[in-house]
Amino acid sequence: MDIQFFWESLITLIPGIPLTLLLAFLSTFLGAFLALLLATMRLSGIRPLGWFAQGYLFVFRGSPLLVQLFLIYYGLSQFPAVRHSFAWTFLRDPYWCAIIALTLNTAAYASEVIRGGLLSVPHGQVEAARASGMSGFMLFRRIVFPLAIRQALPAYGTELILMVKATSLASIITIMEITGLAAKLVSETYRVIEVFIVAGAIYLAINFILTRIVMALEYRLTPHLREPRILTALALENESAGEIS
Amino acid sequence: MTGPASPNSAVAVSLTDLHKYFGDLEVLKGVTLKAHEGEVVSILGSSGSGKSTMLRCINMLEIPTSGTVTVGTETIRLVTDRKGVVKPADRKQVDRLRTRVGMVFQSFNLWSHKTILENVIEAPIHVQGRDKQDCIEEAKEILDKVGIANKRDFYPSHLSGGQQQRAAIARALAQHPDVLLFDEPTSALDPELVGEVLRVMRGLAEEGRTMLVVTHEMGFARDVSNRVVFLHQGQIDAEGSPETLFNDKSNERFQKFIAG
Repeated sequence: MDIQFFWESLITLIPGIPLTLLLAFLSTFLGAFLALLLATMRLSGIRPLGWFAQGYLFVFRGSPLLVQLFLIYYGLSQFPAVRHSFAWTFLRDPYWCAIIALTLNTAAYASEVIRGGLLSVPHGQVEAARASGMSGFMLFRRIVFPLAIRQALPAYGTELILMVKATSLASIITIMEITGLAAKLVSETYRVIEVFIVAGAIYLAINFILTRIVMALEYRLTPHLREPRILTALALENESAGEIS
Repeated sequence: MTGPASPNSAVAVSLTDLHKYFGDLEVLKGVTLKAHEGEVVSILGSSGSGKSTMLRCINMLEIPTSGTVTVGTETIRLVTDRKGVVKPADRKQVDRLRTRVGMVFQSFNLWSHKTILENVIEAPIHVQGRDKQDCIEEAKEILDKVGIANKRDFYPSHLSGGQQQRAAIARALAQHPDVLLFDEPTSALDPELVGEVLRVMRGLAEEGRTMLVVTHEMGFARDVSNRVVFLHQGQIDAEGSPETLFNDKSNERFQKFIAG
């Protein structure tokens, strides 16, 4: 075991972490809006919109991310019209190509996660909101979405982890994130095992922390699913004091 | 008979020749009903008689196929679209009228992600745009009135059914409604919890609130309401003061109904 080399590999790969995180977070963030739009289209009851969303899902969930990445990065530049358009400022850049591919891909998966969340919202609670005079965006923002996201969060956490791992594919189109740096280091040293063990360990560490963050968020959002321990103590105190502060 | 209601006071809710179809099934077959301010109207009938549908037409949770609904002096404008579906002409009008009509559901329908206090202040703050601090103070008073002041920081799932239903009543009251609708408010409760909800409702009746109550509680209908309406197969079969109706042995169908 060459501890020294492990250490050197780690030092070489750490600078790739910010880029990995940027790719994962930015595309998950952008993808969430697209996913919400797709889920809403699917549930709108307006047939052409539903068909579009289903078609989108079919294409982007059904084909490999790597193929999508190649098509966007290498494929689109084949068309002069693309090269001469405004979009070229983004599409010439591998970073944006990776973000676009990752965003389009996660939007497909996440739209199903969000759709499941929206379908789980109890009808009675929506009706109560309507009966109190709520409608439209306020109803969505105050009642429907908060209830849906609580259902969707566990599955969305998994999607986030999948996205962190998916960023490694971006190395194929010359992006020097963790895997890109690892591949470069391997080509310089021919020490595949050590370098990729370190790379894998970094992904593990990132996802471990992410899992904890998602769990903490879930915990914060769901006090209604737990026994009201602290609250009970407070209430008993209040009751015995005969006064509610 | 309690409450200050008299036929001379203004009309709070008026339904005229209300028809409602679900597909081919005609659930309401021409219902006409007036509730005056301060009046407590109990609506009785076996299941499928259309009583809940009628109540839900008042705040447009069901859109009547024909007929008119008037709350206070404002009649809800309905139009028929090109596909022949009846819908409100003005969504804003419906939203506005809904804030004046508080509704209590059979299954409470409290918002599960909000505490009891948050449930009560939600609509006053966000729909009616009232001052948050005022709403909180008032909510505390209302929760105190329905007897669950010490539960205000709990979530609905932490409460018993009776407490949840009282919280739902508090939520409806916080809207400052002109009319309160109760859709079988005690039907989902364990028998020992029914009393606490009925007590709160009795208190509201004594305050002179306008209430329309779909119920199976004969005691409430007989003792608290000013008027009893008996629905049978989508039509009003009998109507009158509880004394008259409950003692009228000639109405066989109603007598059979109350005998269970």
